[in-house]
Amino acid sequence: MAIDKPKNKVEGLEEKVHVWPYLVRLEFLCALFTIIGLTVWSIVIDAPLEEAANPTKTPNPSKAPWYFLGLQDILVYFDPWFAGVVAPVLIIVGLMLIPYLDINPKGNGYYTYEERKVAIWVYSFGFLVLWIALIIMGVFLRGPGWNLFMPWQYWDPHKVVALVSVDLPYAFGVRTYNMAMLFGAAVVGGYFAVGTAAYFFVERKAIKAVGFLRMFIKIQLYLIMIGIVIKIVLRLAFNIKYIMVTPWFNI
Amino acid sequence: MADNKPGIPSIAGLVAKIKSGELFEEIQKQVLSSQIWTSSFRHGYADTPRNRVLQIASNVWLHLHPVKIQRHALRIKFTWCMGGITFLLFLSTVVTGVILMFYYRPVGEYAYFDMKYLQYDVPFGMLMRNMHRWAAHAMVITVWLHMFRVFLTGSYKPPREFNWVIGVFLVTFTLLLSFTGYLLPWDQLAMWAVTVGTNMARATPFLGNEGPFQEYVFGVSAQYDARSALIGGSIVGPPALLRFYVLHCIFIPLVAGALMIVHFWRIRKDGGISGPL
Repeated sequence: MAIDKPKNKVEGLEEKVHVWPYLVRLEFLCALFTIIGLTVWSIVIDAPLEEAANPTKTPNPSKAPWYFLGLQDILVYFDPWFAGVVAPVLIIVGLMLIPYLDINPKGNGYYTYEERKVAIWVYSFGFLVLWIALIIMGVFLRGPGWNLFMPWQYWDPHKVVALVSVDLPYAFGVRTYNMAMLFGAAVVGGYFAVGTAAYFFVERKAIKAVGFLRMFIKIQLYLIMIGIVIKIVLRLAFNIKYIMVTPWFNI
Repeated sequence: MADNKPGIPSIAGLVAKIKSGELFEEIQKQVLSSQIWTSSFRHGYADTPRNRVLQIASNVWLHLHPVKIQRHALRIKFTWCMGGITFLLFLSTVVTGVILMFYYRPVGEYAYFDMKYLQYDVPFGMLMRNMHRWAAHAMVITVWLHMFRVFLTGSYKPPREFNWVIGVFLVTFTLLLSFTGYLLPWDQLAMWAVTVGTNMARATPFLGNEGPFQEYVFGVSAQYDARSALIGGSIVGPPALLRFYVLHCIFIPLVAGALMIVHFWRIRKDGGISGPL
């Protein structure tokens, strides 16, 4: 009985507490530790300042600020119009759409994995793998020529890397330009069409409750995200450069 | 003679008053009942339920809070404290940034030498610069973690959808603030990182001179496209420095500050910090 007593007392506590002092003191302590940490960090480590800016002397490698290195890294697999413009816009718009696409009422205001497995998997994969892991790779493993170097390897600016990549239509024996364009368009279009159809078939019972437009936008964003991973794997494992080549843009 | 002037205490009496603490109580009473004190502070410090409410409700800085919150909102395990730390780091960059602005000129000829001067001659200049830079980098990390926490707790769900959208804007502006500041040291690191970053803009569909479909838009060239609008020329030069300086010190902080006001206000209006219903 003596052991049960404090437990009962906790359960009997009021649901709401005064902000002063309970929250304000916590914020104060938090602010104190943050400022102390920042000050110590700033005393111990100096911000970098290299030689004066010189437009005639390009460093190798030239890296964007570290928080953009995930995007710079997918430049290996995609052209700048996608990696540098469309992908960031899609990330921002996609993030903004999350509350309007995820209408699962469960898991509102508390931690749960069981009640929203897909949502947690998708976000964690996007954030931890496609964003954070690529940043870590970009900061530590990308050397001169944006080539991959292990931490123990010397950053050799003259490292020779064989350019063995070919476009997907070429790998399948398509040799003329127009046929290759058609082949590529069929593959990319087919990927989105089949992916969308498969999603709607598997989730056909949910269409009425969730809404067609919502499901359609959701699966397009999923397919783009998966497509980025597929393209990375195709390049690394099968030396495929582009899937679709057109006079205007390449994918 | 002395007895006729009760206003002047004897030395012995004064010592006795100090020893008993009576003197300090008297001073405290005088100060607390003075016009200056009572006009500055609207309530006392007594730990009563009424006073706890007044501490928050009648204080312009603290009234951002509700007077009472859910008990679970105090748990660091729930909040990670990341939103508040992000705001604190933003404030740190504002304070240190204003000090840096006293010494720094965003001009091609001066910028780099002002950095040297700041680092080697200005008292605490190096410390101010370090705090500004590290707070900015830390802010990028904490705002990501805040967003991750908000996602994991499903706090973007109704009625907080709109505040999540504001939050995505704020994440974007945090990155843009950091990116525009990256150019200002005007060293090799700054110039080439911003060159790499802004080079992407020339691949903008329709509006970039190397982007898809640019041939169908009249007038797009290396000197006149999405990238040149951003950096004021075809290379990252002194015009880019000035542009990034103005964006970094005026435009983005104002917009981000306005969005922060909305963000914090919506937390209150949407029913306070999220929690199990």
